[in-house]
Amino acid sequence: MFGKLTLDAIPFHEPILLFTFAAVALGGLVVVAGLTYFRKWGYLWTEWLTSVDHKKIGVMYITVAIVMLLRGFADAIMMRSQQALATGGAAGYLPPEHYDQIFTAHGTIMIIFMAMPFMIGLMNIAVPLQIGARDVAFPFLNSLSFWLFVSGVILINLSLFVGEFGRTGWVAYPPLSGIAYSPGVGVDYYIWALQLSGIGTTLTGINFLVTVFKMRAPGMKLMQMPIFTWTCTFANILIAASFPILTAALGLLTLDRYLDFHFFTNEAGGNAMMYINLFWAWGHPEVYILVLPAFGVFSEVISTFTGKRLFGYAAMVWASAAITVLGFVVWLHHFFTMGSGANVNAFFGIATMIISIPTGVKLFNWLFTMYRGRLRFTTPVLWTIGFMVTFSIGGMTGVLLAVPGADFVLHNSLFLIAHFHNTIIGGAVFGYLAGFVFWFPKAFGFTLNEKWGKAAFWFWCSGFYVAFMPLYVLGFMGMTRRLNHTDNPEWTPWLYVAFVGAVLILCGILCQLIQLYVSIRDRKQNLDLTGDPWNGHTLEWSTSSPPPFYNFAQLPTVHDIDSFTDMKEKGIAYQRPEKYTAIHMPKNTSAGVFMGGFATVMGFALIWHIWWLAAVGLLGLFASLLSRAFDNDVDYYVQPDEIERIETAHLAHIKQA
Amino acid sequence: MSESLHTEHAASHGSVKSYMIGFLLSVVLTVIPFWLVMAHVLPKGLTLVTIFLFAIVQVLVHLKYFLHLDFSTDGRWNTLSFIFTMLVIVMLVGLSIWIIFSANALMM
Amino acid sequence: MSTDVMNDPHDSVHKHEHEDGHDDHGHNDSGPTTVFGFWLYLMTDCILFASVFATYAVLMTATAGSVSGKDIFELDYVLVETFALLFSSITYGFAMIAGQKGSKGGVINWLIVTFIFGAIFIGMEINEFHHLIVEGYGPSTSAFLSAFFALVGMHGLHVTAGLIWMIIMILQVSRQGLTPQVNTRLTCLSLFWHFLDIVWICVFTVVYLLGTL
Repeated sequence: MFGKLTLDAIPFHEPILLFTFAAVALGGLVVVAGLTYFRKWGYLWTEWLTSVDHKKIGVMYITVAIVMLLRGFADAIMMRSQQALATGGAAGYLPPEHYDQIFTAHGTIMIIFMAMPFMIGLMNIAVPLQIGARDVAFPFLNSLSFWLFVSGVILINLSLFVGEFGRTGWVAYPPLSGIAYSPGVGVDYYIWALQLSGIGTTLTGINFLVTVFKMRAPGMKLMQMPIFTWTCTFANILIAASFPILTAALGLLTLDRYLDFHFFTNEAGGNAMMYINLFWAWGHPEVYILVLPAFGVFSEVISTFTGKRLFGYAAMVWASAAITVLGFVVWLHHFFTMGSGANVNAFFGIATMIISIPTGVKLFNWLFTMYRGRLRFTTPVLWTIGFMVTFSIGGMTGVLLAVPGADFVLHNSLFLIAHFHNTIIGGAVFGYLAGFVFWFPKAFGFTLNEKWGKAAFWFWCSGFYVAFMPLYVLGFMGMTRRLNHTDNPEWTPWLYVAFVGAVLILCGILCQLIQLYVSIRDRKQNLDLTGDPWNGHTLEWSTSSPPPFYNFAQLPTVHDIDSFTDMKEKGIAYQRPEKYTAIHMPKNTSAGVFMGGFATVMGFALIWHIWWLAAVGLLGLFASLLSRAFDNDVDYYVQPDEIERIETAHLAHIKQA
Repeated sequence: MSESLHTEHAASHGSVKSYMIGFLLSVVLTVIPFWLVMAHVLPKGLTLVTIFLFAIVQVLVHLKYFLHLDFSTDGRWNTLSFIFTMLVIVMLVGLSIWIIFSANALMM
Repeated sequence: MSTDVMNDPHDSVHKHEHEDGHDDHGHNDSGPTTVFGFWLYLMTDCILFASVFATYAVLMTATAGSVSGKDIFELDYVLVETFALLFSSITYGFAMIAGQKGSKGGVINWLIVTFIFGAIFIGMEINEFHHLIVEGYGPSTSAFLSAFFALVGMHGLHVTAGLIWMIIMILQVSRQGLTPQVNTRLTCLSLFWHFLDIVWICVFTVVYLLGTL
């Protein structure tokens, strides 16, 4: 009846987990009670959960991303404290089977359930506004993508309290992740959480590609798209071209585990190396998916706050294009040590080094944009400068690792860990946090507190260096990754320093939470009445903050890359059209929520081998899709008088400011 | 307006004649490689090259006559995205085979 | 944008008649946009298939002492399957032509014919799989057979999904007529169906012909 699921699956004997569960349950109760007390359930359902508005979906993505950042960081600080305590022969406080789940969850969460949704959230909020569109090409699909992602989030968090998570590392290499060596449900949680959210991501990629190719404002040529839109477009090309490879790799692993196939097993001719190959054929493009939009944020931030046009716009676009294509011919550098021989390693090593050239082009573009500009040192600019220094270091250690000979020594050492945190934190995360501060007023109508934002930056940045520079040293000293306890007195001081760094990052995160609290408390003083708090260059700043649900009363006509600057210079910004016309908009729908819900049920049932429930989930999914397909009542028209009312109020605000 | 758009749309979507041409070409391009393999007409290496060439040509025939891929303003992005996808597939499949076969060769 | 007919937002017939006219004004489900989106989905599906093809190519010789392709493939049987699929391609083409002429009955009839050919293909494939498994050459036997069943089976699952979609489209055409929305969906299914034929060309070349060679 319940497959492998019994009461034993709930880890009563683990005090840490029990305590976490109690805290989560208590927090959940507070939220539920609050929503009930303030009668906000209906509001939440109609205005947010069933919304197909790209701005609201973007906000929901980032909200989930921040929650998952907290969870992923909790894992991180547990690992750092375990390694600091369990040095010099001590055992520490985390037993190996628990510790292994923690580092697996940390990697999976930070990449798939923190960085990806943060990036997709920013893209959702900014891209349609930047190209002067009223929504994405397929608003319902956008909602469905989000809910498929949420079902992945639910599954990975359920694994904390029902059963276990994988102990394989976030890459889940077979044969360790095969049924013979991981007979539990941990790897199944991993597979289905990634599979469901991965399908959602693929759909997002398709959706945004169609949006930028088909729905740009009148007059906007491709080479006039804002740079953030461009970098997101390249990220979406990479999503569409690489996520299916992950789907395939996970699908084949599923067949191995569930139906006794032999793709990656030791027996019957299976070849585990093919999984590693497929995984990284997705995994490498994935890191560019994460970092390219961050490059776009830095470009927007640096050109806005220097008050200059971005230096080398075309070079920036072509450099991103080069990174996109080259990103597909470098994946073997993740497994030089597999033994494909000198020719193969040389090819991929050289291809990897070549990628640093377009990246270098970008760095010089940012520097030349700043040159002789009037830089305003706001929080987003601090993140950007912090990025430029930090990411350069990460890029250089990357070129070191691209030398196959050096990689043979450093492979799987803490040097590698330091390198990729150097690029992902110093590149992607700094970019998202810059974008968060930059577009926050656009999404919510008030700016964030600068003092706490700057404090957060300094804690994060210094914390990063204190936490990860020791890992470079430890890597050179021969310490490998994923060690539960060690016995080398020379490593001890460095592990202590790294722990201090993690605490500093914790302070940074706390500052950000305080920043949010203080900003919401003082929102009346920081209102963004014009919709253009930073003297912005692109179309998203030409509408109100937060924008009306239809974004633009009249679609703007574009003549320039910095089209809003162009309008302001010509004196045609904020012009009132002679007559407002009705706007065709999609209706909200609960179909996405239901499909996500059924997908969660199906995933959970498959993890625990509850076959009848899996069938229920699949049928529910199909039925929801069908009912949506037969529903013709999916859109409506916003009437001119309603638009006029909203726009008049906005124009009055601008006069007032 | 919708009327005129609709007929324009239809014009680019093939006629009985174009479907028939595509179908007959496909029949020929299917039967010959099957015959080559079943009747052992050519030496092995040559057969291998020939059947792959026939497959590529037949894929192109299907793309033109059934999927109506072209370089018109409407279909340009479809065609470009297809070409990019083919580039990715060649890199993915080609490099994967190279990687794994090289590793196999060293481990034999 | 023709604002004169927008006074009654609940009248879906009006809206659909004017659907094509709105796509440059932010309408969100207009034909060409949807078809382009579906085309991009097909491109992602291409890469999904390519990954499994690469796996098959790597594991093709990993027979683990059991049968190889030469021992189990029957080319004349595969040729019949191929023709079933090829016929279904052209009959779908005729359905599209009937759709352009506005002939609702023509569309439904040709879709039914297409469905029959597709069902013949799937029936033959299930029969082939069944035989192999009964004879002890199931997917658990060797990595080669795992890859064979996964690749051919994945194509078969796609065809099955296409058949289910075809039933739904027959229902929609008969209930709603050839509205622009239904036409768009027919076009998408057409792309899907012909795309599966292209994948099958690769399957019979790489799996069956190469395996028998």
